[in-house]
Parts: sequence; C-alpha cells; structure tokens
Amino acid sequence: MLTKRIIPCLDIAAGRVVKGVHFLELRDAGDPVEVACRYEKQGADELVFLDITATHEQRSILLEMIRKVAEQIFMPFTVGGGIRTIEDATQIIQAGAEKVSINSSAVTNPNLINQISRKFGSCATVVNIDPKRVYPEGKEKWEVFINGGRKPTGLEALKWAKEVEERGAGEIVLTSMDADGTKKGYDLPMIQAISEAVSIPVVASGGAGHPQHLVDAFQAGASAALAASIFHYDEYSIPVTKKYLAEKGVLVRLPRDIM
Amino acid sequence: MQRIVIADYGMGNLRSVQKAIEKIGSRAEISDKPEDIASADKLILPGVGGFHDAMIELRHRFLIDPICEHIAEGYPFLGICLGLELLFTRSHEDGLHPGLDIIPGEVVAFCKNQGLKVPHMGWNPLQISAPDCPLFQGIENGDAVYFVHSYYSQPLHNSITAATAAYPTPFTAAIWQDHIYATQFHPEKSQGVGLRILKNFIEKCN
Repeated sequence: MLTKRIIPCLDIAAGRVVKGVHFLELRDAGDPVEVACRYEKQGADELVFLDITATHEQRSILLEMIRKVAEQIFMPFTVGGGIRTIEDATQIIQAGAEKVSINSSAVTNPNLINQISRKFGSCATVVNIDPKRVYPEGKEKWEVFINGGRKPTGLEALKWAKEVEERGAGEIVLTSMDADGTKKGYDLPMIQAISEAVSIPVVASGGAGHPQHLVDAFQAGASAALAASIFHYDEYSIPVTKKYLAEKGVLVRLPRDIM
Repeated sequence: MQRIVIADYGMGNLRSVQKAIEKIGSRAEISDKPEDIASADKLILPGVGGFHDAMIELRHRFLIDPICEHIAEGYPFLGICLGLELLFTRSHEDGLHPGLDIIPGEVVAFCKNQGLKVPHMGWNPLQISAPDCPLFQGIENGDAVYFVHSYYSQPLHNSITAATAAYPTPFTAAIWQDHIYATQFHPEKSQGVGLRILKNFIEKCN
C-alpha cells in the first residue's frame, strides 16, 4: 500500500537555504543542493523549496538552483513562492521541478490553477491553503489568508479547498495559521475536515514539534506531512521520525541502499 | 557503444531521466527527430500529462512510426508512466482515445470512492510477479518506488504484468513482453531503487 510521505520544507532566499523565525533573523543555512542531498540520504520522500523572497531579480538564481538540484537528487520536489503566471510555472517545471505550488496567486487569479493543471497535469499542480480561525459575530470560521498570513480573503477554507480541486489541483498543502510555529502539533480538526471534503491528497503543514504530531496528522487523514524546524535543527532526524512512525503502525518507506 | 535515445515529444521534463542515466555512468541523448529514434539501440519514452495530448504531440512530430518500428524490429524499449500507458490500445482519460496499440488492453481511472485519494501520489512497495525480468535484478519485493498518476493500465493478458503495487487493490506497476519494458512509476525519481532499475535496462535488457 501507498506509504505516508515525510517532506522537509526548505526556505530559500537568493538561492540559499535560510532559517529564521517568522521571516525574521534569517540566517544562511547552506547550499540547497547539499541540504537536499543530505535529506535524500536520510530517506526524505519528497522535498519542498519555498522561495520566501521571490523577487523578480532573483528569479534566474532560483531557476539555476532548481537545475542544479534536479541534476543531483533523484526524488520528487516541489517549488513554490512568487509564482504569478503560467510562464513562471513553466520555467520552474522546465528547470526540473515535479510540481509547482501556488498560494496567494491562486486566490487573486484562480484561473492560474486551471492553466497549470491543463498544461502540466493535476499531478504537478499544488495549491497551498493557509486558513486561520476567525470569529465574526462569535461564530468560528476558517478563513483563508494570503501574503504570508497577513491578508484576509473572506474565503472559507472548506469551500476554497473544493474549488481548487474542481479547478484541477492535484494536491493541497494545508497550513493552519493557528498551529504554525507553535510546535504543539498540526491542526487536526482542520486536516480531517479538509481531507474528507476533497478526494485529492492533503499535506499537513504547520505545527510539528514531535514525531507523534505526524502520527496524529496521518490518523486525521493527511497523505503527507510537511515539517521544517524539527528536521532542520536536528531535533528529530528523518530516520528517527520514520522509525517512530513505523513503531506506531504508520506505513512509511524505509529506504534500502542498493546502488 | 550503444545509443540510448530519450524521445522528446514536449510532454514533461526529460532531463531528469537523462541525468539519472548519467548518474549511473551511462549516456542518453534527448531527441525529437524521427531519424534519431529510428536509429536508436535503446529507446526510452517518458512523459507526464494528458494521454490524448501526448498522442497528438507524437503524431505532429512524426514519431509514431519510428517508435512502432523500433519496437517491431526487436530493439529494447522502456516506457515510463505516460510512456507505459501510450503502449496500450486505448485510454479512458477525458473520453476514449486510441493509443499506440502495441500492447492489447486499456488505461482506466482510479475510482475516487471510499476515501481513495486520486492522484495516486507517493512511494508504494512493489510486488514482483516476474522475478526473472531483467529490469528487476537486485530489486526485492517491498522495495518502494515513486508513483504519480490518476490512471493505470489493464493489460488484456495478465502474463505481461511484471510487477504490481496495491492501491488499495493490486494494479499493474510494470509490464514486460520480450524486449518491451514499461513502468507506471518513475524510476528516475525513485532514488537508489529507481537508479538500479534504469541501470538494469541499460545493462541487462537486450
């Protein structure tokens, strides 16, 4: 049976891996190719590169980075951040990424989802959704935010998730703004509700602080779990995490070195 | 030295296949020229995207005849993902569309019922049904490979299924008939296991 995917997420600025807290105090954390190779050896199932600066001037640096990564690692990876047009997406796929992920531009220009899906297939089309709990008139609502969680959109997360599926997305990365950065676990009610509402895979993101949090996310219905800090700071390595998951009965891939 | 050609018909990223072959110490050229495909010792047909679009692209580039002739003349062939599906009689993707019809059978969709997530995306362990298939030398049952697809093949003759994976019921993950090899998964994205499969195609499949 299909195994659950463990996906380290790497923040990229000016072609380098950076680490920081909420976009502050960014510091250099290495060459993307070296970091990607390290994760590949450890048994990561996929990688996500998120260009957090995504300025126009740095686009060519990002594309060059994607080409180098694609030459060195033989596993799937997704690239997101600053993709506004079908041309942006095309450049990234042609440089060697399997999938592109869009977030704010999916909300401001939903037709971009259809365009990417039509050109590269739903399998290559990932939409990131960042909901936050809000309480208009005392009633809880999961509202989709964009621009890194700064701008409310009025969209309701469940409805938006169904719409992105209809438009041709092949995967949703769900980052609860309430859980993100807390390290207290993924937002399980949100994962379960969104996962039940759509038939495309849902990737849990935001809040992982312990391997048990990944177990919880998978039990809530996630097909994959994205995490950054627990892997980057070596709090729990990928082999340790996978061993923990396997012991808890989660089906994971334990790679075998045969080359 | 054998000449390995990766057929370029505008569907997806072929560089990853080429780089994977370089990683295992060999070389492959990417070409969309009918004469290059006609003269290849080994032909690889990768591809992601829509079945019908792929057939149109192959036709517009005049690649259908050289591919069929390569196979008919008995030269080794490797289809990857969409490159496997295209070998079949027809596909049910977005209507009913004819394929290359080299392998009798159909390409059908996974059913989105009982919570089954489609696309089938991720690492799934192989169950090898043809242990003497040269493609799987050194590969063991349970070795996981990377899949990303919403459709799968149903060969008319089960005997050509070389490996299966379960989602949730077993489906054809690889086929083998004489010198025709094809995988529904992506060996070029399956780390060591996938590189070994590509190495087997280059070194063992004749």
